[in-house]
Amino acid sequence: MLRLEPRSTRSFAAAWLSPVMALVLTAITGGVIFLTMGKDPTTALYIYFVEPLTTTSGLSEVAVKAGPLILIGIGLSFGFRAGIWNIGAEGQYIAGAIAGGGLAVYFYDSESTLLLPAMLVLGTLGGMAWAAVPALLKTRFNANEILVSLMLVYVAELLLVHLVQGPWRNPQGWGFPGTRMFPDVAALPLLFSGKRAHLGTLITLAVPFIAWFILARTRFGFTVRVFGSAPLAARHAGVHSHRMIWQSLLIGGGLAGLAGVIEATGTIGQLMPDISPGYGFTAIIVAFLGRLHPVGVLLAGVAIAVTYIGGEGAQISAGLPKAVTGLFQGIILFYLLAFDLFTRYRFVVSTRIAEH
Amino acid sequence: MTEQGLLSLTGVGKSFPGCIANDNIDLDVAAGEIHALLGENGAGKSTLVKIIYGVLRPDQGNIRWKGKVTRIENPAQARSLGIGMVFQHFSLFEAMTTLENIALALPPEDPEALRARLEETTSAYGLALQPDRHVYDLSMGERQRIEIVRCLLQNPQLLILDEPTSVLTPQETDILFETLRMLAQEGRAILYISHKLEEVRALCDRATILRGGRRVDDCLPAKETARSLAEKMIGKKIQQVSRLSPIDSSSSIHLAVSNLSAHSELAHGVDLTDISLEVRAGEVLGIAGIAGNGQVELMDALSGEAGSPLAGSISILGTNAIGLNPTARRSLGAVFVPEERIGHAAVADMTLVDNSYLTGNVRMNFSRRGLIDWPAVTRYAENVVQDFDVRTTGVDALASSLSGGNLQKFIVGREILQEPSLLVVSQPTWGVDAGAAAAIHEEIQRLVSAGAAVLMISQDLDEVFLLSHRISVISQGTLSAALPVDQITPEDIGLLMGIRHEVQPEADHVTA
Amino acid sequence: MAELIIASVMTMMTAATPLMFAATGELICERSGVLNLGVEGMMLIGAVFGFATAAATGSAPLGLLIAGTSGILASLIFAVLTLSLLSNQVATGLALTIFGTGLSALVGLAYVGETIDRIAAIHLPVLSDLPVVGQLLFGHDPLVYLGFIVLVCVAWFLNRSRWGMILRAVGDSDVSAHAIGYPVVLIRYAAVAFGGLMAGLGGGYLSLVYTPLWAEHMTAGRGWIALALVVFASWRPGRVLFGAILFGGITILQLNAQAAGLGIPASFMSMLPYIATIVVLVLISRDVVRIRLNAPACLGRPFRAER
Repeated sequence: MLRLEPRSTRSFAAAWLSPVMALVLTAITGGVIFLTMGKDPTTALYIYFVEPLTTTSGLSEVAVKAGPLILIGIGLSFGFRAGIWNIGAEGQYIAGAIAGGGLAVYFYDSESTLLLPAMLVLGTLGGMAWAAVPALLKTRFNANEILVSLMLVYVAELLLVHLVQGPWRNPQGWGFPGTRMFPDVAALPLLFSGKRAHLGTLITLAVPFIAWFILARTRFGFTVRVFGSAPLAARHAGVHSHRMIWQSLLIGGGLAGLAGVIEATGTIGQLMPDISPGYGFTAIIVAFLGRLHPVGVLLAGVAIAVTYIGGEGAQISAGLPKAVTGLFQGIILFYLLAFDLFTRYRFVVSTRIAEH
Repeated sequence: MTEQGLLSLTGVGKSFPGCIANDNIDLDVAAGEIHALLGENGAGKSTLVKIIYGVLRPDQGNIRWKGKVTRIENPAQARSLGIGMVFQHFSLFEAMTTLENIALALPPEDPEALRARLEETTSAYGLALQPDRHVYDLSMGERQRIEIVRCLLQNPQLLILDEPTSVLTPQETDILFETLRMLAQEGRAILYISHKLEEVRALCDRATILRGGRRVDDCLPAKETARSLAEKMIGKKIQQVSRLSPIDSSSSIHLAVSNLSAHSELAHGVDLTDISLEVRAGEVLGIAGIAGNGQVELMDALSGEAGSPLAGSISILGTNAIGLNPTARRSLGAVFVPEERIGHAAVADMTLVDNSYLTGNVRMNFSRRGLIDWPAVTRYAENVVQDFDVRTTGVDALASSLSGGNLQKFIVGREILQEPSLLVVSQPTWGVDAGAAAAIHEEIQRLVSAGAAVLMISQDLDEVFLLSHRISVISQGTLSAALPVDQITPEDIGLLMGIRHEVQPEADHVTA
Repeated sequence: MAELIIASVMTMMTAATPLMFAATGELICERSGVLNLGVEGMMLIGAVFGFATAAATGSAPLGLLIAGTSGILASLIFAVLTLSLLSNQVATGLALTIFGTGLSALVGLAYVGETIDRIAAIHLPVLSDLPVVGQLLFGHDPLVYLGFIVLVCVAWFLNRSRWGMILRAVGDSDVSAHAIGYPVVLIRYAAVAFGGLMAGLGGGYLSLVYTPLWAEHMTAGRGWIALALVVFASWRPGRVLFGAILFGGITILQLNAQAAGLGIPASFMSMLPYIATIVVLVLISRDVVRIRLNAPACLGRPFRAER
């Protein structure tokens, strides 16, 4: 009969197989869900998972969507590896957009080429500042970072609403909530004319490889891995736990803030209440789907972005609501966690006759 | 006393994948007898008693209980038959009271009735217990009493004890022995597993000796010496261990601790008070003591893992180490082996290569220009595995896949190959099989002969006497003055261990 | 003035009730050693399925029943993953929240804008008509009373019953409980399911009584606040009541302040509950010793029976 036995070495096959299996099973489950909704499963699945990759505009949209997911996902993966659960990336994203975008609002008729770099820096700092709160409260008062960072998401959302409906509201905006459009110098240069992919996408592509290098080849990357696995051993190796907590949260917050300002200035062009379709939360799934590995996060970000674009397409052509995308994301994560078992255990045929 | 065979094992065998734990074992325990089960780590004692208690089921053989052939399916059935067991690792609930802990181990019963029965039993056997104290407030001896009382309340005819005195002070051991003798006089049988040969000689009527899964001998302990018992256990003559040559008192001091006082960071820890010691080149200073007397706190203070102490100084090879983290202390020439293998000294789900980098980074120059030189780390790991005879599938094996003894050899080897001037090691051979223990002892002696200083914290008195030049005793966070090994006896140490243990006001009175 | 106070107290109780349900359920779950961060998701699932049932059948009480049941089912997904497949409890709880948010948004699409007959407040013949006291003590809707009753029962269960003691033991040391012979995994399944039931009821209360309608994300973080409440309560039922009422009070404060036109922007007033949660968390967590003594020692750690 079959028994589960802990593995004695790491299994790369299992590690990469589980995300693939999770996606496959989600697709199958999705097919079943579509059936119950009265839609043809194969067409719907095609629209969701394949169609976005078949056109150049589709690919461009995927790239734009994947950008923030990958950026935030990398930041989160560092934290999660260290056992620091930064669930408030959404709030840090918004804080970054506010900080960087706020500069553009204030200098709305500027022509300086310094504006864009300044915005990117300020956005990153804004995200870091928002993440500094849970870091401080955890190190000083032992407060759980999950709850603190999460509460701050709601605070950030409310702050954004207040700003764009109040002091920063566009005076020529016809009453729509939102700031003025950012000046042209603030916009991220487009990569290809006619498509929406912009410089931010390139930045996003570089980050995973930098992260990979750091994790595999630097002492910092090693300590991140140890700290999450065995905090006492990390202490034994000379790692200061408070420093690790700060570093993890600031990296996560900084990258989320950068994603926020990039999105605000590259894709949207202004600040408005709906600046995020939940990127901060979806990035959590991206991080896990990518098994917390930088290259994995890159691939996972693309995969999830495909389902986003697919979801939009499905809404138009198949009448499927956007909410299905959110449901899919939850299901992917469930399957992934279920398959995670096999990275740590394996099936063994037991030859014992007498089992108690 | 009629020699009625209470428990009788015939031809009992049990195998696991890769090893035969018990091979054709016979065992006879009579009512009213205190019967010792002796053997080294890995000889099969635990497996055998787990079979008797119903935790495991035998692959071959028979168990006769009170003359009848019986299949013992699970611990609940064993208890209903009249077999009780006190495991080495207690099954207690820290945040709950003594009464609750006992109630949880027994079938449902009216709390007031249970309280009355508890009172009756504890006073009958001289085992003082307060029902409403929480377990986290209790000493090891008191906790063990809860385990014993849990058994007694179910009226066992046979009581099995697995290494009961490893966590007790000498006074607590005496109280335990009195209780056991009382139980034997009532006609109950005791099956007593221990590797403390002097205790076995003092307490037990008969002894069965296991080696390599087989029963190799049985004897009357009173008629044997500790040495002869040990030889039966190991199966060969014991070489007289060559004492290390005494050290030159002018050799340099590698570790000096002066008036160190520190607050414990542990949940139920012990504060360090005014600790002073020094260790010279070529010397082993052994710190004896039962677990829970400040050893962990002392280790953390020396390795730099604890916060700043309240007072006092630590000096490693002449340099003030206060405020230096473990990495900085390693670069001064010190290495550390904490008592917890998995989770502290090594990371379970990382490979041996990763684990080599964990502490080897600074002394072995694994980082060049900020980047890790993984090929160099791998070579180092391979050297450790080879030189220290670590049995493993390879350096890419996860630390969790190694046996206790092999992992300990790896950890000690990883530190020793860094060529330190000071080794601070805690419980070097705890839970390690005899072969690995001997290898580790040899390596420590070799390190010392090469001129390093070693501070060894150990619960194992035999080990302390074997390796140390001088011995100190740690008790309740204080350290006794170090005495040369030929000027101190185990009895002295026992006294020093007990010297600051407060006896509870309700008195651990013993009805003699 | 008296009117204002009475109305405030009534609203305070209704604001506290969903928190009370959710926090009590999570308390039992955590006492058994399992950390379920999916409370927000389970509440949303309870809210949407409860509302859908009530809208489809016209019966709000039936909706409540379904709300609780759907909460249990949702929690069982979590239980299978964490207790039988040994997945990481934090990640799985988050997955449940994300799943619950997505599922409820999808199912709720058909019901946005619909109305139902809410569950009415009770009316006892003489007692409810007493001045002042009548309303305050006897004029709430049935679930407010149910919340109290459940809390009292849970307190009794934990402290005075044998199975409550066993539950606490499992949360203290799963290994010891297993060694003695208790079915640790089964007990944890039951505790998780209870947490799901309570969260589902809490969500159902929101959509069936508090504001009888459905809107995406209508729990607005209450599930997370409930989690914080359990910590604040040091894992004791009595303090859950205190905490829930405290948050009910903050909600009132926020509403009244907005109505009084104090000049503070609405957004900032809305931030109050969330900031208050952070403050409360900090105040309680500072006391490391207290947390250590009261938090179930096994909280969040997976259990695998030694064979």
